[in-house]
Amino acid sequence: MTALTPGAELEPVTYAVTRADLVRYAGASGDFNPIHWSDRVATEVGLPGVIAHGMYTLALAGRAVSSWAGGPDRVLELGARFTKPVVVPDDETGVAVTVTGVVKESDQPGVLRVDLTVSVDDSKVLGMARALVRSTDA
Amino acid sequence: MPVDPDLAGREFPPTAAYDVSRSQIAAFATAIGDTDPVHHDVDAARAAGHADVVAPVTYPIVVAFRAMRALLEDPEVGIDLRHVIHADQRFESLRPVWAGDSLTARLGVESLRSMGGSDIIATRTELTGSDGELVCTAYAKLAHTPSEPT
Repeated sequence: MTALTPGAELEPVTYAVTRADLVRYAGASGDFNPIHWSDRVATEVGLPGVIAHGMYTLALAGRAVSSWAGGPDRVLELGARFTKPVVVPDDETGVAVTVTGVVKESDQPGVLRVDLTVSVDDSKVLGMARALVRSTDA
Repeated sequence: MPVDPDLAGREFPPTAAYDVSRSQIAAFATAIGDTDPVHHDVDAARAAGHADVVAPVTYPIVVAFRAMRALLEDPEVGIDLRHVIHADQRFESLRPVWAGDSLTARLGVESLRSMGGSDIIATRTELTGSDGELVCTAYAKLAHTPSEPT
């Protein structure tokens, strides 16, 4: 595990997202918006195809931060803007979402900020993505 | 149709209590590909200092989303589901969600403003446990773009 110290660049992680994942997520979250499973509906509303739930992408960011911070209970805040849709092709490999993070000081003692970059094909899909985590020695 | 201009400041009634189970947490973790045993195995969770299986960071959306539906589906609010997008989301956690929690969500509209032809609705949803303890506050912004008059 990379130490959470200000200035540290955390080990990037890449997650594959398939249509099956979106269907599982719809069931687990209760969000059955058809743009996340129906190409017909997605294209009717002007999307290039089925897109991941914004919350799916943010969940991947949360997963990365939890692993860097040493557990989900160390993550005090997590947030982002959904700036670009993540199109998920109807194939076996899906789309690769990469999460990178840089540790910064925060204005609270014992708390660090992690500035996140969440991207697909080197293009950012979340804006202002950041987390506040309890520092590992706190 | 634009949304109700008096929406800002409106508070919605709390949702019915949502009982969080180990199976639901494991299903949510599996859906996001998270294999950390603290989400799947009670012994691993206890060994890590938790009272029970612990939920992933964004799990509170499951309960917050139920409160959001009251806003989205209220005909007086005037939101057209085909023209609303989730623009922004942030969680402030006071503690993680654990299996066995019974959570209630209460949504309020913090602000309503117009930007580039869209209505930006900023919401705040407080999740509380069965003893009234605040567990997490979820902030969501929705962008609603009314359809062109025909």
